[in-house]
Amino acid sequence: MTAPAAAVGNEQRDSAAFDVERLRACFPILERNVRGHRLVYLDNAASAQRPEVVIDAVSDCYRTYYANAHRGVHALSEQSTDAYEAARGKLARFIGAPDSHEVVFTRGTTESLNLVAQSYGRPRLEPGDEVLLTEMEHHSNIVPWQLVCEQTGARVLAAPITDDGELDLDAFAGMLNERTRVVALAHVSNALGTVNDIPAVVELTRARSDAAVVVDGAQAVPHMAVDVPALGCDFYAFSGHKMYGPGGIGVLWGRHELLAAMPPYHGGGAMITRVTFERSGYMPPPQRFEAGTPAIAPAIGLGVAVEFLESIGLNRIERHEHELLSHTVEVLNDLPWVRVLGHASNAGSARAAVVSLVIDGAHPHDVATILDEQGIAIRAGHHCAQPLMDRLGVPATVRASFGLYNTHEEVDLLVSGLHEVRRIFG
Amino acid sequence: MSDLRDLYQQVILDHYRSPRNFGALDPATACAEGYNPLCGDKVKIYLRMDGDRVDGATFEGVGCAISTASASLMTEAVRGLHRSEAEALLASFLALMTGEGEDGVPLGKLEVLSGVKDYPVRIKCATLAWHALRAAMEGGDTETVTTE
Repeated sequence: MTAPAAAVGNEQRDSAAFDVERLRACFPILERNVRGHRLVYLDNAASAQRPEVVIDAVSDCYRTYYANAHRGVHALSEQSTDAYEAARGKLARFIGAPDSHEVVFTRGTTESLNLVAQSYGRPRLEPGDEVLLTEMEHHSNIVPWQLVCEQTGARVLAAPITDDGELDLDAFAGMLNERTRVVALAHVSNALGTVNDIPAVVELTRARSDAAVVVDGAQAVPHMAVDVPALGCDFYAFSGHKMYGPGGIGVLWGRHELLAAMPPYHGGGAMITRVTFERSGYMPPPQRFEAGTPAIAPAIGLGVAVEFLESIGLNRIERHEHELLSHTVEVLNDLPWVRVLGHASNAGSARAAVVSLVIDGAHPHDVATILDEQGIAIRAGHHCAQPLMDRLGVPATVRASFGLYNTHEEVDLLVSGLHEVRRIFG
Repeated sequence: MSDLRDLYQQVILDHYRSPRNFGALDPATACAEGYNPLCGDKVKIYLRMDGDRVDGATFEGVGCAISTASASLMTEAVRGLHRSEAEALLASFLALMTGEGEDGVPLGKLEVLSGVKDYPVRIKCATLAWHALRAAMEGGDTETVTTE
């Protein structure tokens, strides 16, 4: 999908300096102080902040042209519909989708995965069928499958990870069989940052089963260039709020032939061709899966977030964040009282800018409180990945997750905050 | 940093590092588990009642400094109390945490946890063991209470 001219543009952007201060100035919230300190926001894997252009796009929609989409014949409705559909086109281009009709707007990754489980999984799954996950999944890629398995008699299995926090591809391959109907896994682990080799997973899956490959891309799209045809998967889900877009909006991408064969997820307005009390006809995708009035302004804002990311260049964002990650891991490895969980970068596979750690003698919640006192926002807890925490043998971790606006100075502040933890808990 | 020193007083750090009455109580007449689904922290309270008197209380589980110290101090505080005295102490402690006044029974050493009320997201850490204590006193057999 990438035109040659755009490719040249990307290369030029790649070679230009990454001006993080200029980018920080795009995010109004980064100006604020927390408990007397300049905010150090390292909780991007939970939710990222929004640049002014996104805030303005949402505000502009409500101020100047908002109306319901796909309904009225009046001018505002036409303008809202055009902007909403243009956003769909931007999202399709962003992930390399060959057809914007393959892009379904949802409330977020969670709804996208539930949609696949219920509309793709439920009609196909039979007693004894298998849904194969991995030990590193977020609860949103576990519970929807448990629900559909309870409804159908199929069962959920989880492929193991190695001690380094990587998917054990040999074990995964060994668990695939003719009863495997769905393989669902994260592109990037929210708790460890491990980047799964999706093309390899797809290749193994195709060779051993006719399962659909469902990818939770929530932690990938803000941090690296994603091209769904190159990944080879069947479904790809992600959220707006983690990629500097509005909350309450997300995407499910699916292969057109699969979406076209799936029944609706929710029933309501906008997804029907004709309704009688005897029966209703359904629109083709994506409208079939967008019952009711959609999140119009957030979708438009997400389109602007995509343009914002593209204007910087995903490859440059990935490189910048990787430098922050290397810096962090290098410093932490020198502290004997800190244990970094997941060593995917050492073990040869890629790793996104997420650092999960535990500190000897200090519980993650206490670490989080002490860091918060210094204006540093990190996440402490199980990261909605309790089976992974069980696998790693820890109840919780401290997680610092980086975004495009984070700096090396903030890494140093994090580390000095951890020294303060050590001083108190010693 | 003065606020943090209020929160992490030496008594709290001491009870976190060396929790008192830690481990299962055998025999116990009642036990109950407290679980905070938001953070995954768990604490199990064991009680041995001698009639209406608390003959012994212990706990086990994993948690932060606040929840561990609170459980440890609690097991010390309720030992030897009459059921009604333990219930009054529980009510006073919860009132302290929610800032609903300090008219209840004196809390003694438990006052070191008063700094927690200035950290609203941490209050559930401090009250986890106490909710489990209430469940153990009311329920008898093992049951799980959550902070949600």
